[in-house]
Amino acid sequence: MITVEGVTKAYGTTPVLGPVTQVLAERGITSIIGPNGAGKSTLLTIAGRLAEPDTGTVRVRAGDGGGPGELDVHRARSSEVAKVVAVLRQENHFTARLTVRELVSFGRFPHCGGRLTATDVAAVDEALGFLELTDLQGRFLDELSGGQRQRAHVAMVLAQQTRYVLLDEPLSSLDIRHAVRMMRLLRRVADELGRAVVLVVHDVNFAAAWSDRIVAVRDGRVVAQGTPAEVVRDDVLEEVFDTPVRVHVLDGVPTAVYHR
Amino acid sequence: MAEDTGTRPAAPPAAPPVGAPGVRPWLRLGVVAALAVLALACYLLLFVRGSFEFAIERRLTTAGAMVVAAFTQGVATLLFQTVTQNRLLTPSIMGFDSVYVLAQTALVVVFGGGALAATDGPGKVLAQTLLMVAFATFLFRWLFSGRRADLHVLLLVGVALGMAFDSLSTFLQRVLSPADYDVLSVRLSGRLGTADAELLPWAVLACAVTGFVVLRRHARLDVLELGRDTAVNLGVDHRRELTLALVCVSVLVAVSTAVLGPMTFFGFLVAVLTRQVAGTHRHAVLLPMSFALGVLVLAGGQFVMEHVFYATGMLTVVLEFLGGAVFLVLLLRKGTL
Repeated sequence: MITVEGVTKAYGTTPVLGPVTQVLAERGITSIIGPNGAGKSTLLTIAGRLAEPDTGTVRVRAGDGGGPGELDVHRARSSEVAKVVAVLRQENHFTARLTVRELVSFGRFPHCGGRLTATDVAAVDEALGFLELTDLQGRFLDELSGGQRQRAHVAMVLAQQTRYVLLDEPLSSLDIRHAVRMMRLLRRVADELGRAVVLVVHDVNFAAAWSDRIVAVRDGRVVAQGTPAEVVRDDVLEEVFDTPVRVHVLDGVPTAVYHR
Repeated sequence: MAEDTGTRPAAPPAAPPVGAPGVRPWLRLGVVAALAVLALACYLLLFVRGSFEFAIERRLTTAGAMVVAAFTQGVATLLFQTVTQNRLLTPSIMGFDSVYVLAQTALVVVFGGGALAATDGPGKVLAQTLLMVAFATFLFRWLFSGRRADLHVLLLVGVALGMAFDSLSTFLQRVLSPADYDVLSVRLSGRLGTADAELLPWAVLACAVTGFVVLRRHARLDVLELGRDTAVNLGVDHRRELTLALVCVSVLVAVSTAVLGPMTFFGFLVAVLTRQVAGTHRHAVLLPMSFALGVLVLAGGQFVMEHVFYATGMLTVVLEFLGGAVFLVLLLRKGTL
């Protein structure tokens, strides 16, 4: 469980987040939704320690019960946190020219410090297989399409074998086919590998169709949370997005219509 | 699902890391290193006229200077480009050596030329180097810890800072007495051919220490090159590693400038060649490769210059010209991207 407590963040004098006190779920997929500039990504990157909060703490439970209790994400040793929480931003541009396999192997760095053991090689193979990249493993990243590259980055954070996987807009710049494929893979990551996946999603309907929990953010505060059925409702979404929304239940999934 | 991957099996496989194309980068490194040794040997031993002992002593000093130059410029530039995730900037372009020149000049202005002559004990040299290192590290860490700084802004800031420091140095040099200026200019105008033999052992020592520190962190450098966010995600203390790398760069540039005088584009040339030739992103190969390539270029170049073109002092000029040309080409190509 990731526990965000009293977190605030301001850029200059403009407050962008908080105070937020929020528990991000232990298992399954949690989606963070909200309008542009609401502080979704800021919340995610602070939880993933890519950004420091001005006040407040983020703690994660490291072990299964009886384990070493909780880690303060921002104060614990960076190398320890990296074995528990993995976080991926939406844009990743590298100056180094890497193959898919080299990139995914970097995910093992927290465990092996750069010297891959047999366990690490197996973990890399597993992550590659899981994201259907085994055939592409020798290709350079700049030879891949956007969707393939996105999967390669996700494979890297999967190879990290952390309990928590935080993804900032993994669907950005993917077409519907690749977006659906990515969500299906993330669903399997949550169900089959037992990881807790937290993502920032722009499209409410993707969040509704694939998440276990949805957290809605507006003006730097959590304004609604719960299961898709509880959050994806006319009144809640209109409040969050400040736009008229009609929600229909299609095939058992609440679906928001907001295009007109 | 095995969560206990932190425990390593007793016998790691001897195979090279999968993903790297076999051992080829190591082979390439071996070939370049052999060529570098060959070039050095050619320079030292061939075409000796007159007294062998006299010639070899002079040539050994120059060879020592070349080795120091290759190491300091090559490693410093590579390191700098890695931690700033940038293939165009070099410490010299960003004005690191201008900081050194300014520090030396300020020292003479404040304490007089006698001070500089009297400070030739290793302790004093160490003290002023540390001062310069601290200043440069502070300045450039501040510059590079900003988020997503624009390349062209950084370049502009670096060139402007370098010019500002140079102008300040020139101004301070104007107000010096001729005697003091003389002492200073000897200190500042190192050349390959006229390197100070007494400084060389210290320079080599500094190189060895820095090299040890840097090479030990080669895996972390691989991660740093992926950028701050990825490095933090993978558990690397980005702030600490960046600072440490910049300290090493400052030390290397200080040594290089002290022994050889300012060089702007040689390091850039070596870094570009290194990444082309090495064919890998791994610093375990890249770092020694930059050293070997630097030696090869300098020793080979000096050999050709002396015995083919009969132009002994011209090598640095030619290298700077070549490096500058490559820099402009890459900058223009980058500019259109």
